[in-house]
Amino acid sequence: MALIAGSLVFWAVAWWLNVRLAASRWAGTAAGRLAVPAIFGLTLLVLWEGLVRGLQVPSVILPPPSAIAARFAVSTDILWADFVQTFVKGALTGYAIGAVAAFAVALAADRWEVLRRGMLPVGSFMAALPIVGTAPILVMWFGFDWQSKAAVVVVMVFFPILVNTVEGLRAADAMQRDLMITYAASPVQTLLKLRLPAAMPFVFNGLKISTTLALIGAIVAEFFGSPTLGMGFRISTEVGRLALDMVWAEIVVAALAGSAFYGAVALIERRVTFWHPSQRGRG
Amino acid sequence: MADAALTASPGAGVAGRGRFAARAARAVWPVLMIVGVIVAIWYAACLPMNVKESLNQAERAGAVIVPEGGQARRDASPWVLMAQNPGHLGGVWSQDRPRLPAPHQVAVELYETTVGMALAGRAFSNRSLFTHAWVTLSATLLGFGIGTALGILLAVGIVHNRAMDMSVMPWAIASQTIPILALAPMIIVVLNSVGISGLLPKALISAYLSFFPVVVGMVKGLRAPEAAQLDLLRTYSATRAETLWKLRLPASMPYLFASLKVGVAASLVGAIVAELPTGAVAGLGARLLAGSYYGQTVQIWSALFAAALLAAALVGLIALAQRLVLGRMGMAR
Repeated sequence: MALIAGSLVFWAVAWWLNVRLAASRWAGTAAGRLAVPAIFGLTLLVLWEGLVRGLQVPSVILPPPSAIAARFAVSTDILWADFVQTFVKGALTGYAIGAVAAFAVALAADRWEVLRRGMLPVGSFMAALPIVGTAPILVMWFGFDWQSKAAVVVVMVFFPILVNTVEGLRAADAMQRDLMITYAASPVQTLLKLRLPAAMPFVFNGLKISTTLALIGAIVAEFFGSPTLGMGFRISTEVGRLALDMVWAEIVVAALAGSAFYGAVALIERRVTFWHPSQRGRG
Repeated sequence: MADAALTASPGAGVAGRGRFAARAARAVWPVLMIVGVIVAIWYAACLPMNVKESLNQAERAGAVIVPEGGQARRDASPWVLMAQNPGHLGGVWSQDRPRLPAPHQVAVELYETTVGMALAGRAFSNRSLFTHAWVTLSATLLGFGIGTALGILLAVGIVHNRAMDMSVMPWAIASQTIPILALAPMIIVVLNSVGISGLLPKALISAYLSFFPVVVGMVKGLRAPEAAQLDLLRTYSATRAETLWKLRLPASMPYLFASLKVGVAASLVGAIVAELPTGAVAGLGARLLAGSYYGQTVQIWSALFAAALLAAALVGLIALAQRLVLGRMGMAR
């Protein structure tokens, strides 16, 4: 009972603190913008821990965060092996292949107008489809190991990157193209010096959307068959054994990997498109 | 069409319609060409993919195949086999369990499990894709409804409460970089163990997936009114509720529809994936899983196309609603 009351009090205090912080002059500063969501996240964890322990929720339904952290700490070697299998081998390889392929096709589509007119509607259509559904087919073709997961990821990331790159290659406006013509620039020079740089915000938009898709594809594909390691394999088997602390530990790994992947791409974007209005004034 | 309606002379209308048709044709031909190329590649790809099974079948039927015996051909390159047996390749497009079914096989299977069964009066039997599509669709729609409603509510809260904005918004954005779908098996099994099964767990996963796009889009939309417009309402001494109903919500409609399209596609993926871990017996995801267990590739492909058609129909419906609503509101682009 004390645990429940304690966590509820913590909630109330944190709420009050956040309301005060948001209204204070700290709200505009970087510290304030970091502190408020951090307090909110901490409150959720405390509530979770207090309520689960206080109400004695069985761990086969919801383990408390401390149990998840403990499980995480003792099984780092398994988690690391799963991470390498699913993220590094499956997701990253597929992401790289898919991005390069989409980029190449986008360049071809940009070169031939008919191709672009046909490719763009088909690509946007495909990007909205439940492509994870191809996983059983690709697992059948490429076997249980990471190659089939990479193949699923290739198909999943291909269309968003393609559509965004094709859009981006049209982003340079007529005035800028005219300027390149007055310089007597060849089409290749115009492409390299004007249109590719101008396309980069769009390209990175596609690349950022695809980071999450890559991870989802690699994990879900493992539900259709995998060697005895990998994040999706671990999640589905540990769920079957009702070892939910291990499942949550894998989900923590997936969340960290997803955020780090997105963050890395966003960081590269900031370096590449430093000139774009959305990147200015961000230190 | 609009310029044709404005001109008075009767001939101009016809010319305008002609131009409209020409523009439509200009838009459609390249798409048809790409689709045609894809279908052609698909048919061609059936050759190397299915050549071994096809040759085995031909040999059992008494044909002379080089090299002899399935054993000898197992590790041979499909290209070499195709070059050595050019006369016996007809079977690659009509295998029972092909590695890659030909487009017409998928089309026939789709027709037989939908229209064919409906004509036979068994539109909702266990083998009918209508049954499976409906199971998945009902979970998708229920989840999409829940997720959208909660998303809009949270967005309204975020726009009106600065503490909530600063607390929740960073997490809502960060959660989009997390593969939430990985939670699906656990949610299903946990809810199952406390006695909740069937439609609701799947709908919850769908709701979860459509929730965040709606929150992020609606927060953007509710903040879309310009400062001058908000100031005008202040001079009317409008209450916050009035400002919400008369300015913020109408202004957010384009953003709402954009995120609804993303959300409904995500909901469908959620419902399909939610059917995987429990070994569900009905639903498009269950068809995929059963097909992959028993090597029924034609069944997998037809379930996949059914899912694609469903996704396209859902997104198309929302696009239609978007055109109607925004058209009525005078916001159509």
